[in-house]
Amino acid sequence: MDHKDRDVVVPGDHLSDDPKKAGEGTYVKDGRVRSLLYGMASSYKDKVRVIPLAGKYVPSPGDTVIGTVQDIVFSNWIININSPYEGLLHISELPRKIEMNEMSKFLRIGSSVMARVKDVDSTMKVELTMNDRRLGILTRGRVAEISPTRVPRLIGKGGSMINMLKKELNCNLFVGQNGRIWVDGNDDDMDLALKTILIIEKEAHTTGLTDRITEFLRAEKEARS
Amino acid sequence: MGMEEKVSFFKDGLRLDGRRADELRPIKMEVGVLARADGSCYMEMGDNKVIAAVYGPREVHPRHLQEATRAIVRYRYNMASFSVEERKRPGPDRRSYEVSKVSREALEPVILTSYFPKSVVDIFVEVLQADAGTRTAGINAASVALADAGIPMKSLISSCAAGKVDGEIVLDPMKIEDNLGEADVPIAMTPGGDITLLQMDGRLAPEEFRRALELAKTGCQQIYEIQRKVLVDRYSSISGSGSCDQAPALAEDEIHE
Repeated sequence: MDHKDRDVVVPGDHLSDDPKKAGEGTYVKDGRVRSLLYGMASSYKDKVRVIPLAGKYVPSPGDTVIGTVQDIVFSNWIININSPYEGLLHISELPRKIEMNEMSKFLRIGSSVMARVKDVDSTMKVELTMNDRRLGILTRGRVAEISPTRVPRLIGKGGSMINMLKKELNCNLFVGQNGRIWVDGNDDDMDLALKTILIIEKEAHTTGLTDRITEFLRAEKEARS
Repeated sequence: MGMEEKVSFFKDGLRLDGRRADELRPIKMEVGVLARADGSCYMEMGDNKVIAAVYGPREVHPRHLQEATRAIVRYRYNMASFSVEERKRPGPDRRSYEVSKVSREALEPVILTSYFPKSVVDIFVEVLQADAGTRTAGINAASVALADAGIPMKSLISSCAAGKVDGEIVLDPMKIEDNLGEADVPIAMTPGGDITLLQMDGRLAPEEFRRALELAKTGCQQIYEIQRKVLVDRYSSISGSGSCDQAPALAEDEIHE
């Protein structure tokens, strides 16, 4: 039984008889492509892949993430990035020079940061950096947490969902690949933003979501005014 | 034992609970029942009631258990003190250590542990009510909970037992058949037929054993269909909760004969 696009599949489900089609979230056994995950089958660029419906964030270089400081050791901040692996932020990775004995002046235990994954080695040591104008310490706003598997849906095809949200919500949004989203704006706008994000998380597997969210925001705004 | 009054396990060709020899007990499954766990599943197999919770992959504590190249899998099978007729002393005992070990080994072969080096996948199975076959129910629930947690696996695992009572091979023995019967063979396998658990308690002739194994395999196949259905149905609606309350497919058609 071949699977159609957006069908829910479970691990071991048969996806294709062509091993060349094996994409992400699949494996090949005896020349057959099977699912590795509980998720949605999806064809793209003549590959068949499985989009997971749940799972933990595994850091990979280039990802932007939102984390909180867990500990300070030697010249590193240990950052919780909502993953089985913790992130290391070295003092040299901050945009300005900081003395070792002054580390807690800039980032204390509990501080939140936007950072980028610089490198992940084979022992899963995750190096972070904040050397970018778009990155930095979070001093205002709120952070929402969703399943990292729903992040692509929150961004949408070519950023369609996130751009719509930024425009309609009147908020600043920063999406971490690790499922944490920073929202900044006035209180009412942030309330609506968090509510919307949670709806997107819950309904990420459904079709026509961007349209429905646009409609939802319009209705919410009308009720407010 | 030999002096005791003989119990008859069959009446008019049916078992004491009205099942045929090759019939499973009714099964009920629900996935995603625990909000705090990464994956969870509640399962009833006849009068067995178990709940499975999966956490991870997450950091390993204590640290020395960590493996540099793969995730470790921990499985804790535990019976609630109220799960049996005579109050069970709480806590791990020799039996639950054994069940935990064989259950872990039943699931580990399908989990892609190499994807998550230095981490752990924790599986907790709590038996709320026991009626023979709790290890198989636990494995079935744990397998669905693992999928629910988004853990990469080659396939699901299904598990069920066959036994021998009154000289006949029966599927999925219930408590009285297990206690007073002549043999009990629990197995676990992939839908492709690879066996990951095989135990035997009691005595069987080689030919009887082969028949018991084949029967238990057909039971696993029926359970697999239910496991798959409960996972797929969860996302067929927006609500995001799935459950399945049904007698195994084979049994249902034939009740109305």
